[in-house]
Amino acid sequence: MTVTWALVGVIVLSTATGEVLQAMGMRHHGEVRDFRPGAIRRLLALLARNRYIIASVCAMAVSFFAFMSLLSVSDLSFAVPVTAVTYVLETALAKFLLKERICWGRWIGASLVALGVGLLAL
Amino acid sequence: MHTDPARLLLKTRVFTVIVVLSNVVGNLCLGLGLRRVGSLATFSSAAYLQAFLNPWVALGVLLLILWLLSHTILLSWADLSYVLPVTSIGYVLAALAGWFFLNEQIHLTRWAGIALIVAGVTLVGRTAVDTRRTKAES
Repeated sequence: MTVTWALVGVIVLSTATGEVLQAMGMRHHGEVRDFRPGAIRRLLALLARNRYIIASVCAMAVSFFAFMSLLSVSDLSFAVPVTAVTYVLETALAKFLLKERICWGRWIGASLVALGVGLLAL
Repeated sequence: MHTDPARLLLKTRVFTVIVVLSNVVGNLCLGLGLRRVGSLATFSSAAYLQAFLNPWVALGVLLLILWLLSHTILLSWADLSYVLPVTSIGYVLAALAGWFFLNEQIHLTRWAGIALIVAGVTLVGRTAVDTRRTKAES
């Protein structure tokens, strides 16, 4: 039980860090407009040198291995929803760190989602 | 120069579908595979390597790589506070997939959770994809 919740903690923190860094890195890169295979290869080469993306991939690797461990000791329908605590954390981080404008529709929608995911985990 | 709004919305929809499907199917494959592999609550890297030899685990990992790539591309134009709630429709699909393929139970509370997520996704899906772009133009 302790192992399960420790894994949930690691997953939440590393996912939030990883996704905020990923969003920062991609804002830095700019909108992707070309989806041909060659362009995607060039994109990957650029991303491999983007510091935010490198840090983000490291955080997500931690999150991924912790998630694999969690899946091996609990049900999919517990493991997937319980990690969604990240919504609250990441919406706040998006406002303060990424300077996104979060209108009331988005706050209510995000809260409904968080609440729904909580119910799903029960 | 900005992409016109109709094209931006189409790109967003297409990538949202890829992000959601690769995540749900990827996690489902991992769940199926790890059930056969056994407990991984360990720090032994050999146990993880062994797990990758399972074809379901390997397919799951490939799909999650596709998820990471499409999620990264989507975030190059869309707000994190948009992408996050909208892609959460994946939780609904994951619950339904667990019910359908792994015989996991969905009781009344879980159906209520599913309804709330669908309502939340619909609400956020109607907001602007990129609030920073809107701000710059207005």
